[in-house]
Amino acid sequence: MRLSGFNDAAKQKVFSLQEYFVLSAKSIGFIFRRPFYTQDVVQQMDAIGVQSLTIILLTGFFTGMVLALQTSVQLATFGATMYVGRLVTATMIRELGPVLAGLMVAGRVGSGIAAQLGSMRVTEQIDALNTLGTDPIKKLVTPRVLAALIMVPVLTIIADVAGIFGGNVIASTYLGLPPSLYWRTVWEQIASGGFTLRYIPVDFVHGLVKPFVFGAIIVTVACYLGLNTKGGTEGVGVSTTRTVVVSSIMILIIDYFITQILLAVL
Amino acid sequence: MSEKPSEPDPSIVPEILPDEEPVTGKVVRPPDENLGDDRRKLERGPAQKPHPEATPVVQVENVSLAFDEPILEDVSFQANEGETVVVVGESGTGKSTILKLLLRLLVPDKGAVLVDGQDIVDLSFNEALKVRQKMGMVFQSAALFDSLTVFENVAYPLREHTELNEEEIEARVREKLEFVDLEPDKVMSQMPAELSGGMRKRVGIARGMANNPEIMLYDEPTSGLDPLTTATITHLIMKLQKELSVTSIVVSHDIRSSFRMGTKIALLADRRIAYFGTPEDMRKQDDEYIGRFLGGY
Repeated sequence: MRLSGFNDAAKQKVFSLQEYFVLSAKSIGFIFRRPFYTQDVVQQMDAIGVQSLTIILLTGFFTGMVLALQTSVQLATFGATMYVGRLVTATMIRELGPVLAGLMVAGRVGSGIAAQLGSMRVTEQIDALNTLGTDPIKKLVTPRVLAALIMVPVLTIIADVAGIFGGNVIASTYLGLPPSLYWRTVWEQIASGGFTLRYIPVDFVHGLVKPFVFGAIIVTVACYLGLNTKGGTEGVGVSTTRTVVVSSIMILIIDYFITQILLAVL
Repeated sequence: MSEKPSEPDPSIVPEILPDEEPVTGKVVRPPDENLGDDRRKLERGPAQKPHPEATPVVQVENVSLAFDEPILEDVSFQANEGETVVVVGESGTGKSTILKLLLRLLVPDKGAVLVDGQDIVDLSFNEALKVRQKMGMVFQSAALFDSLTVFENVAYPLREHTELNEEEIEARVREKLEFVDLEPDKVMSQMPAELSGGMRKRVGIARGMANNPEIMLYDEPTSGLDPLTTATITHLIMKLQKELSVTSIVVSHDIRSSFRMGTKIALLADRRIAYFGTPEDMRKQDDEYIGRFLGGY
């Protein structure tokens, strides 16, 4: 009896995982198929990208500052304070920029999407779309996925730049490094990582593969959980929370594996 | 859809009126010995007149459906062109499930669902989307898209499925809003959240009929409305049937309005169809459950 209950629960999990992948595959497939909901894409780019600008700038800037501050203490023991720019750049571009931007977007945008689609589900609006002959995945999920694929990398670049500027602020005010030296070490770091295809710094590849994947994860998880909301308004709250938790954890786990793969490949 | 001729078909009418002269615009119940003279003739509006050509538009045949427990068992009924079939029953008997089956949002475990003679059970997702375009659905909560204005809501099916230009769309939206007795200029730019429940329902009807569907489906159209608004909505559903001869399937537990608008009643009890036929015959049924359900109405 207990075993069959466990069995059912396991089946349920596998089934929802399958559903999730079907939804993700469909939503990405629909990007290339008519009708294109261009207006929805633009609207979502605004919601996901433009409206996240402030928190991304703040996140990047303060992370860069705190990185410079912390590493300067460690570097001072080796007498290598002048390399603070290298450390901040490498950390921001390769790791913290993508991950923190991803986490912020998961919190701000993922929760919003889950709440919106969840309330559309419980107020029968998803059924209404279906009955009006529209595929909800095409109308609701695809524009969001596309917008995230474009905007999350953009936000990440903005976070990176803000972080490096933040590092500069600390370097010049607190550590007394001249900005010219700081910016030279920044460039050294980017160049020292090597280039793929002759012109593209490896750091940039690391830093830009991740946000694509994170953007897709955040939005597909949010849409999947939102569309499968059950149990009225309470269910909307549950979906929202789960979206933030699941997508944040997924970002951190997948970040490790992407790094592993990229280090091996490049 | 073209208007059908309104003369009663001699092949049908005599069965219903065994000893009465056929009267255009009225359907007269066969005499009932137990009832007084004044109740022998039950006047009903022209909307309820049996359609001359009984072409089945919607057929549900021996449908069974179960999720964790059985919901529907061996359910059959049909709606002919221009008829209004009201599915009544207690709450939680799977009435709304029937609408989802018709829209093919759900697929039955057994049995067939035919729309215009086409079995929709085995259709692919995209084919199902096409069949749904023949239908207009009015949801219990109206289910208006709350991110869009009233105008965009009603225009939605037009933008999705027609090649109409902006002017034609606006003309159509105005026409539909006027049909449901709303003032287009007043409501078009409003958001659904600004409307009252009755108005939202009317916008829902306007959206459902925007694409001129041949079948209208209503999920509890009058629930949660005050008696006056209920009457208005009931009137609207009848007007839609009368003026556009749309085939309608209504799910309701409001027996009063069901009898007013239904040409056929399907009573769902204990997962099965306990009764399917005209409202007049339903009153005469010598069945305890039906009697209790009608509650003396």
